[in-house]
Amino acid sequence: MAKERKILAPTPFPETARYWEAAAQGKLLVKFCTACGEYHFYPRGLCPFCFSDKTEWREAAGTGKIYSFSVTRRSEVPYAIAYVTLAEGPTLLTNIVDCDLDRIRIGQAVRLVVKPSENGQAVPMFTLA
Amino acid sequence: MRGSGHAYIAGIYEHPTRKADDKSLALLHAEVAKGALEDAGLSKNDVDGYFCAGDVAGWDARGAGPFSIIDYLGLKLRYLDSTESWGSSYLVHVAHAAEAIAAGKCRVALITLAGRPRAEGFSTGTSVANDGLTAGEAQFELPYGPTVVNLYAMCAMRHMHEFGTTSEQLAWIKVAASHHAQHNPHAMLRDVVTVEDVVNSPVIADPLHRLDCCVISDGGGALIVTGPEIAKSLKHPPVRVIGTGYAPKHQMGGKVDLTYSGARWSGPRAFDEAGITPRDIKYVSIYDSFTITVLITLEDLGFCEKGKGGTFVADGNLISGVGRLPFNTDGGGLCNNHPSNRGGMTKIIEAVRQLRGIAHPAVQVANCDLALAHGTGGALGTRHGSATLILERA
Repeated sequence: MAKERKILAPTPFPETARYWEAAAQGKLLVKFCTACGEYHFYPRGLCPFCFSDKTEWREAAGTGKIYSFSVTRRSEVPYAIAYVTLAEGPTLLTNIVDCDLDRIRIGQAVRLVVKPSENGQAVPMFTLA
Repeated sequence: MRGSGHAYIAGIYEHPTRKADDKSLALLHAEVAKGALEDAGLSKNDVDGYFCAGDVAGWDARGAGPFSIIDYLGLKLRYLDSTESWGSSYLVHVAHAAEAIAAGKCRVALITLAGRPRAEGFSTGTSVANDGLTAGEAQFELPYGPTVVNLYAMCAMRHMHEFGTTSEQLAWIKVAASHHAQHNPHAMLRDVVTVEDVVNSPVIADPLHRLDCCVISDGGGALIVTGPEIAKSLKHPPVRVIGTGYAPKHQMGGKVDLTYSGARWSGPRAFDEAGITPRDIKYVSIYDSFTITVLITLEDLGFCEKGKGGTFVADGNLISGVGRLPFNTDGGGLCNNHPSNRGGMTKIIEAVRQLRGIAHPAVQVANCDLALAHGTGGALGTRHGSATLILERA
């Protein structure tokens, strides 16, 4: 089996604990602001567009498209970092995993997977759909 | 005339070292300060304003760093500014010094940069950032292995996708820098390279090759900024700060667009203040952490249309004496140096040399009366600070 890249464990904030609990169940949560109707990412306590505190967690469909990516070749284990634009709208930093790195292209459809980080905390990532 | 127009860059100094095994960070700051003061014909006791970035005494010193250095230098001040904007900090410092001088808060401003990442064996571009673990974004980014190179590489990938930019076009930026570096005895890389050399060098992070990346070097630089009375009494042709602009850019809550930088905002602000247009500029110093940084910046500053940067930089258009827009005639970060992983200082210094007419004769731009220096500090793909200066031979 190919060597796996070590994934740094995230350090959650009190107000992002739910995000990481959901990730452990294989789900991706995003924040939606009921005051201005915008999704945002990464999740904040106050909406970064209108500064309202009326933000709520919503479960994302877990689908999206690759906005951009780069395969880091100069690494013990080559890996693909990417920005994925979710079906809900926001674009987030992530990895594209479980696929031939040479087949990744901008615009490809992707779906959510989760991978364990160094301390076991599951981290949302994407694979080619 | 607004605030910036009252200030002049009266002294410059670039440290000749590229690997400082035998000198501390504090000593490097002292040496560049002394060099810039001598260049200006002023003494340490003339300095009443000091400007430095947050890493001035190393990141371990955290917020106390500026005090360590002003203590080491023995400065008596009435103005201190430690604005942090990564590699573009020093362009911001020139703008802030100009404003402080115009407001009568100080008369002689000293700005220093120093660093020794090479002596410390730091893998700047390819190591995952492990500081700032408590920042808001860290938990949503660090698990994915962001490095300096792959964050810039994603911008290049998107630019290629949207506009058809090629690796060969990006390579021309390195080729131009190498043509200039051959004349700089202090440059780390003095061999002239070809487009083929660049695209055949190993890929670090798709689509950026080894030769698309800047060097890692020790060293530093310093500037002296003064008001007109002092500047005009000194030995060098005075160089006036006529326009400044600043803009941070970030991920915008998930509305990510990697095709442009903060230069889209900082550039027009600087040009408006100076009352000139990109067509008036004879020489540009553009922060060249990577080839893609230069290409996107030139578009954002208005030297060509968005998306046309690839065509603009190709065929030697950035080579002094050959192309329309000579850039980084010291060899830039791509070939000369990148002290402390912060290229903003040396961008200003080479622009001042061009305006004084003291660049190497092989790269000196004829009748260089207006120059632009631009810094991109941080990561083009996540968060960065863009700072533009427009300078005039007075």
